[in-house]
Amino acid sequence: MARIFAYIAHKGGIADDAAAELVAAARNIDPAASPVAVVTGWGAELDAVCETLRGSYAEVWKIANQALAYPNAELVRKALLNVLPHDDIVLVSHSHFGIDLSPGLAIRMNSAFVSDVSGIDGIDGTYLKLVRQEFGGQVSAHMRCDASAGAVLNLRPGAFKPQEGAAINGVIVDKSAGVGALTVGRRYLETVVAEAGDVDITKHAVLVSVGRGIQEKDNIAIAEELAETLGAAVSCSRPVVDAKWLPKSRQVGSSGKTVKPKIYMACGISGSFQHLAGLKGSPFIVAINKNPKAPIFQVADVGIVADILEFLPELTSKVREMKQVSV
Amino acid sequence: MEILVCVRRVPDTSENEIQLNAAGNDIERDDLVYSINEPDNYAVEEALQITAKVGGNVTVVTVGSDDDEEVLRREMAMGASRGVLLSDEAFDGSDGRGIANILKAYVHNGHFDLILTGVQAEDGGAQVGGMLAALLDYPFASLVNSISVLDGGKLKVSREIEGGNKEMNEIDLPCVLSIQTGINEPRYVGMRGIRQVASLEVPTFSASNLGLDASAVGDAGAKVKRTDYFVPALGKGAEMLEGDQEEIIAKLIELMKAKGGLN
Repeated sequence: MARIFAYIAHKGGIADDAAAELVAAARNIDPAASPVAVVTGWGAELDAVCETLRGSYAEVWKIANQALAYPNAELVRKALLNVLPHDDIVLVSHSHFGIDLSPGLAIRMNSAFVSDVSGIDGIDGTYLKLVRQEFGGQVSAHMRCDASAGAVLNLRPGAFKPQEGAAINGVIVDKSAGVGALTVGRRYLETVVAEAGDVDITKHAVLVSVGRGIQEKDNIAIAEELAETLGAAVSCSRPVVDAKWLPKSRQVGSSGKTVKPKIYMACGISGSFQHLAGLKGSPFIVAINKNPKAPIFQVADVGIVADILEFLPELTSKVREMKQVSV
Repeated sequence: MEILVCVRRVPDTSENEIQLNAAGNDIERDDLVYSINEPDNYAVEEALQITAKVGGNVTVVTVGSDDDEEVLRREMAMGASRGVLLSDEAFDGSDGRGIANILKAYVHNGHFDLILTGVQAEDGGAQVGGMLAALLDYPFASLVNSISVLDGGKLKVSREIEGGNKEMNEIDLPCVLSIQTGINEPRYVGMRGIRQVASLEVPTFSASNLGLDASAVGDAGAKVKRTDYFVPALGKGAEMLEGDQEEIIAKLIELMKAKGGLN
């Protein structure tokens, strides 16, 4: 049985939420697995993360190097290639960083690679049995991955539920000496923080959120009218921002804002995991979509199969009528 | 600058309800609406904008069959100067690594300063760009949402990261970048544009043309295989509101009141 390594990203001395999810995923491969945490970085932040991870991983491999103070995936990949064995299983979160790191890591290790894994059904000999979602989450696929020469798996954030377990007293193993020369053709310059925008969608109790189903820029007004009637704000999913129909500051998702409304009205939104990652605090989700197979219906509390371009104006006028009556 | 853009033709999930076929080993592909993979279209537009500024040519390439020629022609109608089809029975069943190996062989046949892919395909995993870079030993950046050309064989690129923030990087050419949607506004392609490129030749390269060993690609070289498709068991699932529109709206308003969203 191959060993299992879990690469843990961190920021400001705090380990990524995936740290606990990767343990759960490792146990799905082998219930007896004791995965090894692998952490790269520099200085006090790295030390703090290693200390925390010692409570949930029996072994923490610390890779300290000043060049790794910012996680440039090109540098991290080089360091991992020099430190990690190449025929074991490496788990990484399918995040903005994991997407950058892992495909090249698998090639250089001559390992198999599967991205955005949302389920693991164990291992059959050297074959990992995995599940992925495809076609916007409308169907799933069983994958068989030959891990005989190692495997790198990028795991979907949120897909593996952390298990409660007693804190353990793991050991930190300093692997920094094995890093070798770190020169790459890509240099990190700076991080540009997103602009605040006109409306702060993180502060609203009700969001009318529109997706591709809004079809064109002029139709945004339909959502604005409903939002105004409800005292809500209009937010959106990625395709609406890509089309420049609403500014980036209105986008809900892992690449946009994290919101915690009481009620979230997903209008013409299919419900990709990147979008759902931006919804916290268990809002009451109302999904309105004309495709009855839209994955959003799996996570919504209430679903309505309808064309939002017809449904939303009707809802707006009914809410207005009701408010007039009550005044 | 000579730019290669790797593209794919995929079922358009916004236009289709994806169903399983009777055997459960594939999706039902009859009657599906296919189109260019959306991020790939942004990548082609970005390449055209770069060559408009600094000169050069844009080549679009795909691994597929004769059916896939239509997306090459569509991108040629946008302004790509050449479309290339990499096609061979030996390529069937390739995993991400296999596709990257095929593309690598084509890259070695020419001379490209910059290689772009879309960030991911509808049925893919955001993997081929990073794999191709590793096989070529070129630097790589994913989720790129702006590019500017610097002097001295370098680019300044921003990557999309958490929270809508941007990670700025300098990267040496030649390199591979995966392009995120929203980086630009892809130009419109009309029927007239497509007709204008209809007679242009699209060269096809086979495994032997590319000097590829058949064992490194296709089913034989695949470490990762899809065994079947299935429709995920719905969790709790949404309570579906049914009835005529008036009834649905009345129920919805009651629910929103109960949840404190309406008073």
